[in-house]
Amino acid sequence: MNTQMKNLVILGAGTAGTMMLNKLHKALDLSQWRLTIVDNEKTHYYQPGFLFIPFGVYSESDVVKPKVKFFPEGMNMINSEIWKVIPEYNKVHLDNGITLDYDILIIATGSKLAPEETEGLTGKLWKKDIFDFYTLDGAKALAEKFKTWDGGKLVINITEMPIKCPVAPLEFAFLADAFFEDRGIREKVHIQYVTPLAEAFTKHKCAEVLGHFLEDKGIELVAEFNTGRIDNEEKKLISWDEREIEFDLLVTVPTNKGADYIDVSGLGDELNFVPTDKHTLQSVAHKNIFVIGDATNIPASKAGSVAHFESEILTENILHYINARPLAARFDGHANCFIESGRGKAFLIDFNYDVEPMPGNFPLEHMGPFSLLKETRMNHLGKLMFRWAYWNVLLKGKELPVGPHMSLKGKILDDIYRSNDFITDEQQITKLSGGI
Amino acid sequence: MSAAVAEKVILGKTLAIDADGNLVNLSDWNEDIANELAKEEGIEVLNAKHWQVINYMRKVFTETGDAPSIRKLTKESGVDTKELYALFPKGPAKKAARIAGLPKPKGCI
Repeated sequence: MNTQMKNLVILGAGTAGTMMLNKLHKALDLSQWRLTIVDNEKTHYYQPGFLFIPFGVYSESDVVKPKVKFFPEGMNMINSEIWKVIPEYNKVHLDNGITLDYDILIIATGSKLAPEETEGLTGKLWKKDIFDFYTLDGAKALAEKFKTWDGGKLVINITEMPIKCPVAPLEFAFLADAFFEDRGIREKVHIQYVTPLAEAFTKHKCAEVLGHFLEDKGIELVAEFNTGRIDNEEKKLISWDEREIEFDLLVTVPTNKGADYIDVSGLGDELNFVPTDKHTLQSVAHKNIFVIGDATNIPASKAGSVAHFESEILTENILHYINARPLAARFDGHANCFIESGRGKAFLIDFNYDVEPMPGNFPLEHMGPFSLLKETRMNHLGKLMFRWAYWNVLLKGKELPVGPHMSLKGKILDDIYRSNDFITDEQQITKLSGGI
Repeated sequence: MSAAVAEKVILGKTLAIDADGNLVNLSDWNEDIANELAKEEGIEVLNAKHWQVINYMRKVFTETGDAPSIRKLTKESGVDTKELYALFPKGPAKKAARIAGLPKPKGCI
């Protein structure tokens, strides 16, 4: 073995970690660099597919494959929980007793559900009348429940932000509306969408253009509701300011947190997300630690599309870092999400840190154009096709016909569509160099 | 710093306001302005507990460049979640940031 070899360690072999492994396996000189990836799971989950499981559209076999299938040839994963990172010594201690040294560390351990954070959420009604759909087990249990449920008060509740795939709860509400109509019991189901945000969409522009969809579909919006606890006896959600909402069936999106080792290692914020430079993806505290995907604290959506765009930027910046050059690649916060709206239709939104979603067309070679901020069948087909692209193109680190930076091509521009925190690059540079 | 989209006059001073309705310039803020901003939020009098939260928020913002989230407030401000919602109904982090003359916390994406 070449003792002069350097070590690049990737923690987490989910969407972001797997893409980075594939890209770096190609980009790095493997006679100089040893790549190691660590994950406690052997199964790769196609998380965007969980949304469809409760409604019987997908089953387990549609959303799981062995992780190793997506690794470069000959590449193995260390299958273990991570205990602790010690950045001062550039070491990672694993639960299985192994210690890894690193020259560069990539944190890609995502975010996980933490229902235990909310009093009463995992009480006696958990998995009986209270379900989540962000885990495979939760989505499967909910599918079983839906088979025999004959109506009542269905409450969809986001506990607190940030959450991964922030549009999924809304898609769930739309799909539930269509599902119960198909089953002929829609009039017996009262659907409430309960969110801590001031409106249904996380992006104000979406709320403006698409807000009426909730009303049209007979879904009641309860905004600015911050869930404090769940009363299992009376079957009620109670907010911190003592407002109450009754439910027969609660579909919860629990608090999201980063992995436990982030806390143990002192690397995270109050939710175990790692403070990260939103443009370079370098950790704020340690120059040789980079962070990608849901694990960061950057103000972008926690979503696979974001991880994908970030992976191109991060690959470039790791090469810059290795060659002692400035980290010149800059992530612009680009996110691109299909929003399933039920009955075979979907919307598409495309936005970044500075530009809010806007209407128009999203041009895509050989496929589109897809309509932006408009409900169409083509967008729904795009969403379904995406699963194929995910398994066959994206995870393997191959190029998709969508670049990392958001393009304004096809979008109908209007100054009011600019988001609140619009600042120019010049201002950003001033800010980064110390001025406020 | 967020961009100014409007101006408003408080206590005879013309202040730049961002798209969330928050002050753009930290230096425009003082305790009298805070009292006026509180009234706009339906809080008639700022008591000692309100000030504990406001001062904590300004301290964190000076140190980190971002207003703290509700979780960070609960953990570190010395005021628990229940009381934060009693002091600043509906959205403590958002409301307290506004009264403290800071931009909206980044948490809500």
